[in-house]
Amino acid sequence: MENKGLTKVDLIFESIDVRKVMTKAFEMTSDEIIKEILDSGLKGRGGAGFPTGLKWKYTAAEKEPEKYIVCNADEGEPGTFKDREILDRAASKVYAGMAMAGKAMGSKKGFIYLRGEYRFLLPQLFVELHKFHKMIHEIGYDFNIEYRMGSGAYICGEESALFESIEGFRGEPRNKPPYPTVSGLFSKPTSINNVETLVTAVMIIDKGAKEYVKLGTKDSRGSKVFSISGDTPIPGIFELELGMTVQEFVNEFGDGDTKAVQVGGASGFCVPRKRFADTIIGFEGVPTGGSMKLFNSSRSMYNVLHNYLDFFAEESCGQCTPCRVGCQQLLKGVEKVKKGEAKSTYLTELVKLADTMKVASKCGLGQSVGNAFRSIVENFREEIIY
Amino acid sequence: MVTLKINDQEVKVAAGTTVLDAAKKLGVNIPTLCNHPDLCVAGNCRVCVVEQTGARTLIAACAMPVSEGMDIHTNSLKVRNARKHIVELLLSEHRADCTKCYKNQKCELQTLANEYSFGEHIFLDLVEDHPYAIDRSSPAFLKDDSKCIRCQRCVRTCAQLQHVSAIAVSHKGSHMKISSFHDRPMSHVVCTNCGQCVNRCPTGALTEKTYIDQVWDAIYDTDKHVVVQTAPAVRVALGEDLGYDPGERVTGKMVTALRQLGFDSVLDTDFTADLTIMEEGTELLTRLKKVLVENDHSMALPMFTSCSPGWIKFIEHKYPKMLPNLSTCKSPQQMFGALAKTFYAQKRNIDPSKIVSVSIMPCTAKKYEADRPEMRSSGYKDIDFVLTTRELAVMIKQAGIDFRTLEPTHYDSLMGTSTGAGVIFGATGGVMEAALRTAYEIVTGKPVPFNNLNITPVRGMDGVKEATIKIEGTVDEWKFLEGAELKVAIAHGLVNANKVAKAVSKGKVNYHFIEIMACPGGCLGGGGQPIPTSAEIRQKRMEAIYSEDMHMDLRKSHENPEVLAIYKEFLEKPNGHKSHELLHTHYIERESY
Amino acid sequence: MYHTGNLVKELAEKHGRKRESLMPILQDIVKKHNYLTDDAMVAVATELDISAAEVYGTASFYTFLDTEERGKNIIRVCKTITCSMKGKNDIVSTIEDILKIKVGETTPDKMFTLLETNCIGWCHKAPAILINDMPYTDLTPETVIDVIKGYMRK
Repeated sequence: MENKGLTKVDLIFESIDVRKVMTKAFEMTSDEIIKEILDSGLKGRGGAGFPTGLKWKYTAAEKEPEKYIVCNADEGEPGTFKDREILDRAASKVYAGMAMAGKAMGSKKGFIYLRGEYRFLLPQLFVELHKFHKMIHEIGYDFNIEYRMGSGAYICGEESALFESIEGFRGEPRNKPPYPTVSGLFSKPTSINNVETLVTAVMIIDKGAKEYVKLGTKDSRGSKVFSISGDTPIPGIFELELGMTVQEFVNEFGDGDTKAVQVGGASGFCVPRKRFADTIIGFEGVPTGGSMKLFNSSRSMYNVLHNYLDFFAEESCGQCTPCRVGCQQLLKGVEKVKKGEAKSTYLTELVKLADTMKVASKCGLGQSVGNAFRSIVENFREEIIY
Repeated sequence: MVTLKINDQEVKVAAGTTVLDAAKKLGVNIPTLCNHPDLCVAGNCRVCVVEQTGARTLIAACAMPVSEGMDIHTNSLKVRNARKHIVELLLSEHRADCTKCYKNQKCELQTLANEYSFGEHIFLDLVEDHPYAIDRSSPAFLKDDSKCIRCQRCVRTCAQLQHVSAIAVSHKGSHMKISSFHDRPMSHVVCTNCGQCVNRCPTGALTEKTYIDQVWDAIYDTDKHVVVQTAPAVRVALGEDLGYDPGERVTGKMVTALRQLGFDSVLDTDFTADLTIMEEGTELLTRLKKVLVENDHSMALPMFTSCSPGWIKFIEHKYPKMLPNLSTCKSPQQMFGALAKTFYAQKRNIDPSKIVSVSIMPCTAKKYEADRPEMRSSGYKDIDFVLTTRELAVMIKQAGIDFRTLEPTHYDSLMGTSTGAGVIFGATGGVMEAALRTAYEIVTGKPVPFNNLNITPVRGMDGVKEATIKIEGTVDEWKFLEGAELKVAIAHGLVNANKVAKAVSKGKVNYHFIEIMACPGGCLGGGGQPIPTSAEIRQKRMEAIYSEDMHMDLRKSHENPEVLAIYKEFLEKPNGHKSHELLHTHYIERESY
Repeated sequence: MYHTGNLVKELAEKHGRKRESLMPILQDIVKKHNYLTDDAMVAVATELDISAAEVYGTASFYTFLDTEERGKNIIRVCKTITCSMKGKNDIVSTIEDILKIKVGETTPDKMFTLLETNCIGWCHKAPAILINDMPYTDLTPETVIDVIKGYMRK
């Protein structure tokens, strides 16, 4: 187990000369940019962790003249708030990542899909965007970014649901294949990347992949912005090198009484105290889009689970059976067990159901509901029953 | 070509084929629910999940295109467990009061439950958690959300086949459901009552409003004289609900069965179809004369046919400015109804208040049409009850009739005689062909210049068809049409009707006469026809219709002796005063939602 | 209820009449009037040449595109886990007390609607609420009273 310990890093919010890095990228070929990103080992920072370089490579390979770069700023995972902070403090670096991606993939058009809850950020973001457009056009880029707003739907963070929403429809995930790199927004090849991923890409071009790979582990290169909340004396945004154990994380952020950490939000995994020491935060252990929630011993894990299930039952798009009905069954099921109206063995049936949801749901939402369910029920069974 | 393995059998299929279709080729049946051959792929219900070796999750066979070297297992333990769960989940949100349900034994969910979920249910009942109410507002169908499994077949039907979208998916998560505009009653929205959704609903969530019991009551009431008419498309589809393959003509057996059910007189909508041709053909020629010769624009061209009540409601909602373009002729059903309680009553010397007029239709919109307040020109409700083809099959089964062994018989004579022109009303293009057979002959004194009277350019399943007929050798009265080219168009399925209507409203096309049928394939694909439906099934029914036409002694409406007689004895002449009173109607502008 | 007037036409001019114009148009109507009336949805359907049921179906998918009448100020209290842990219930009952309405209701003067909502992205400053577009965080029953009173004065 590669363990890097807990190290604070300052890449994402680091103040850099955006014009300089944009000029550097403008002078690189498409292949050179993509190679840097591939070499960096960067994986998507939204949570799913798809290698960013590959996504860019696939999109670049498409012959279609019209392609899109989409920035996924529909940050909705409970416990995640880092993208808001990045947009608030480093918007020009987000724009830079998109323009750079556009250069790499031969796209002239970018869209930022911003969740409706962050609408208050818009005036400032527009001011920065105006400045940015002016700057890159001076360098010679032919690239333009527009904002599209969400209106309160967690599922629109799923890439194909996000496209549906921009196209004016209900945010219902599409069947895949085709994948976005082939047929995404408006059925054109599309590279859709998380806010933080785009900024990281800018920093990789700025500093070079060779420098970047020094951070993190083999499976989880680089650093990551964490959104830390719950029972912690210092909630907030922290950029940390990947590769620490949950124990190291708890040592830094816990309140001395941490009994569980929910890594990756409601769709992530619950790590109980007994697993803190041997669980790495990263793709080799528990992956996360940044959400880290700490629970101390005063918290009822039944309430936590119930809250998550209630969230999913409301935020499922509702189109596919396992997710729409499964979420309702899990919610109602734990309520019945808690009230003593169903036998505790019913939890075993529900875990099996969660497994079915994992393999049979149409998109990542339904597929990941089981993560939290299984990890909470298996580790805190008594709290669910009694 | 792509080579893959399904259940260890190798199969080669064209690129782009779905795993579902590839499996079908091997004779491997993968269960489906949201999938329907007439509709785009949804991949929602997940009943068709199969295992692909090496894949992280199961895949939906209906939505997954094949790829080289794929190794698929359709019946592995993992698949069976997931499928059982999915069926159980659907059952948990479905009010499974099967023995009370109209779709009992015809429900696709029930069939799956039979295969995957007998015994105790695993999951909790969710129906009680939702405030469901049955929408009974339409006279044509019921919408019972407590039986809805959210497969969205109805929504796709309403959008893709009918361009109506009276219903759409609303809300999300546990509240997701199928809604009309802001959940208004179906009778107060743009719904055309076409019943195409009813035809494709896998469960009892959308069913025709049935009047079987009321019809039995009328039959048992010795005080009543119950007449029944049967639409042309019923005779080529009824068999499907009684164990025959699609495309079997069962006209004679159906007539016998209706008699055995106890109807006092078994008559034919084809008779009034012929009468419609006389009225509508005359109306067309009058419009042509007024507009083209007399420059009198009080009448509009092109003229649209008006036999299809789904189409009527569609144009009333969507293109109210074009209502003057609709023929004022009532549909054959309503002409029949108006005459049954006037002409027929007089001839048979029966008090019209004692007549109960029943029609057997391939259509659910006919139930709505019969309920329109305009449809009372006899002084009574012209048509009392409309039953679908499916409902007739139910009655035949209820009566214990062994349909296969029945001897075919003929319709009764008064309003029971028809021609091949009346029969082909049941297929798209049929009204046009029937009208042309008659109008051409009126104008030129000669039969239409097509082999065997078969006007093939107006036939077939193309969504929009066009034809031009050059009129030559006119008789004196119609000399002004000499050398003219009559331009006609035919559309079926409201999505195609909309294309034509839009083109007409924008002045982009220059037709004289347009036939529109609301349903795919025309009435033979109607919302009241046996379930299931598909392009192949509709093709078989169409072939049966044209075969029925070829078997008729008379094939032109104006040669129908009963039609000639009714003008002589009762109506006087086409578009005459009495016709206008009984056989013509008017239309209403409706809201856009 | 409000009168839609020419608003929908103006928005269609601004955003276009393609399907992708639907969300921006609905969002702008809501920005101005806080919710979508049936008339507004029918007007949008007409402008975009799509069915009204489609407009309703799309709007009802999105939590912030309300299709029921709402007050001038919509208060959305985050109910997701951290805010729940950090006193969301106290915030809700405080607001209920001062506005004399329950969650889901609108004040008789149509000034406030009180709703609960899913995670709004302020977990590190829980409990948090949105009033219209503006977030208010690190709330206590005392501070939330000040916030609401501020809107009452506006």
